[in-house]
Amino acid sequence: MYSFRYHRAASIEEAKELHTTSDEGAYLAGGMTLIPTLKQRLADVDDVIDLGGIESLKGVMTSGTSMKVGGMAVHNEVAANATIDALRHLASGIGDPQVRNRGTIGGSIANNDPAADYPAAVLGLNATIHTNGRTIGADDFFTGMFDTALGDSEIVTAVEFPMPSRAAYIKFPNPASRYAVVGVMVSETNGNVRVAVTGAGTCVFRASAMEEALTNEFAAESISGISIDSSSFNSDIHASAEYRAHLVGVMAQRAVSQIS
Amino acid sequence: MVDVTFSVNGKEHSLSVNDNALLSETLRESLNLTGTHIGCDTSQCGSCTVHLDGKAVKACTVLTAQAAGSEVTTIEGIGEPGSLHPMQEAFNEHHALQCGFCTPGMIMAAIGLVNESESLDGDGVRKGLDGNFCRCTGYHNIVKAVLSAQQNM
Ligand SMILES: Cc1cc2nc3c(=O)[nH]c(=O)nc-3n(C[C@H](O)[C@H](O)[C@H](O)COP(=O)(O)OP(=O)(O)OC[C@H]3O[C@@H](n4cnc5c(N)ncnc54)[C@H](O)[C@@H]3O)c2cc1C
Ligand code: FES
Ligand code: FES
Repeated sequence: MYSFRYHRAASIEEAKELHTTSDEGAYLAGGMTLIPTLKQRLADVDDVIDLGGIESLKGVMTSGTSMKVGGMAVHNEVAANATIDALRHLASGIGDPQVRNRGTIGGSIANNDPAADYPAAVLGLNATIHTNGRTIGADDFFTGMFDTALGDSEIVTAVEFPMPSRAAYIKFPNPASRYAVVGVMVSETNGNVRVAVTGAGTCVFRASAMEEALTNEFAAESISGISIDSSSFNSDIHASAEYRAHLVGVMAQRAVSQIS
Repeated sequence: MVDVTFSVNGKEHSLSVNDNALLSETLRESLNLTGTHIGCDTSQCGSCTVHLDGKAVKACTVLTAQAAGSEVTTIEGIGEPGSLHPMQEAFNEHHALQCGFCTPGMIMAAIGLVNESESLDGDGVRKGLDGNFCRCTGYHNIVKAVLSAQQNM
C-alpha cells in the first residue's frame, strides 16, 4: 500500500469537507473493495476518509410503501432486516459472512462492479439513491463500468426501495468469489415489470424485451424464446459471452417461476 | 501515524500505528498475537478472521485505525490450555485440523457462525464457512466439529 492519511469523519459535512480539500481523497465504507485495491497499488490516494463513525448512515427502516437502507448498512444487516424478501435473499448471497459483516450497500453501488449484486436490486426494484445533495433515480445512476452519476465528493446516504408486489433475484455465482457470473432481478410494482441483469455486461442493464413480454403475461414461458444479444457481454475464463447470454434467460425464467 | 485505543481480548491498548496499518499486522507485529494467521492477504482465505465487536471479519482487510474504540477478540482470547473454548475442544475431538494453518480463522468464523444461528445443519455450516479455506482436511471433520460444538455453546 502507498501511504495515505486516515481520517474518521464524525458527520457527513465533515466527510465532504475532508474530501473536497484533499488532492486525491477516497471515502472508506466497509473497505472490502477499497482496501484490496489500495493493497494492490491500483489506487494511490492522499486521504482516506472513513464513513464508519457517522451514525445517520446506518440502519434499515421500513415505512408503509418503501424501505430505506442507510448508505453504511452492511450486507448482513440487510440480510437480517430487509422487509423485501428478494433483497434479503440477495444480500445473504453476497461473498461470505466476513465480507457481509463489513461490506455496505453504499460502497457496493458507488463502486458499480459489473459483477456486483446490489446494482441489480437497485435497478430491478427501481430504487431511489439519496445523496448528500440530491436524489438520483436508478435508471440514471449506473452510467458504465465502475462508473456512476455520483459527483466527485458526493456521498450515498441511503437507498430507498419501493415495496414491490412481487420480486425475485436469482444468480449464478462464481463458485470461488460468489460474485455474479449472471444475476437477474425481476419485479412487479403497481403493474410495472422490471428485469435487471448484472454480471453479463460491462454495467447492470434492463432487459426491455423481457419486461414487455412479462407485462403481457407474467410467466416463465413468455420469456423462454427471447434471445439476448451477447455482442457487448463480458467474456473471461469463467464464462464466454454466449454462455452469459444463455444464463440471462435461465436466471430470468427461474426468477419469474419463483413468483408466478 | 494515528493513535488508536482499542480493546484486544479484554485488555485495553493504546498504540500509535501507521495510517495504512492493517489490523492483522498490528495484532501480529505490535501485540505479538501471532495466532491470527495471514494466508492470502487478499481477503479470500479467512485465516486472518477475528471478531470485531462480536462480528467475524477478515483482519487483513480492516485498517487498524478503523478498529479504534472497538473490541477485538482473537484466537488467543477465547480459551486457554486446560480450559479450551467448546469450539476448540470440538476441533480437537473431531480431528478437524491437520497442519493447523487455517484453524485460528476457522474457529473464529465458526464461533461467529454459531453465535448468529439458531441451529445449524451440515449445509448451514458449509455455507457459513464459505469465507474460510482449508487445504488439508477436506472440510468433513470441520463440519462435524462445528455441529458438535453448537450443542455446547
Ligand atoms: C472475498 C469477497 C467476495 C465478494 N463477493 C461479492 C459478491 O458475491 N457480490 C457482490 O456484490 N460483492 C461482493 N464483494 C464486494 C463487497 O460486497 C462490497 O460490497 C464491496 O466491496 C463495496 O462495499 P464496501 O462497503 O466494502 O466499500 P469500500 O470498499 O469501502 O468502497 C468502495 C468504493 O465506494 C466508495 N464509497 C464507499 N461508500 C460510499 C458512499 N456511501 N458514498 C459514496 N462513495 C462511497 C469508496 O470511496 C470506494 O471507491 C466481495 C468482496 C470480497 C472481498
Ligand atoms: S489473510 Fe485475510 S483473508 Fe486471507
Ligand atoms: S488444517 Fe491445514 S489448511 Fe486447514
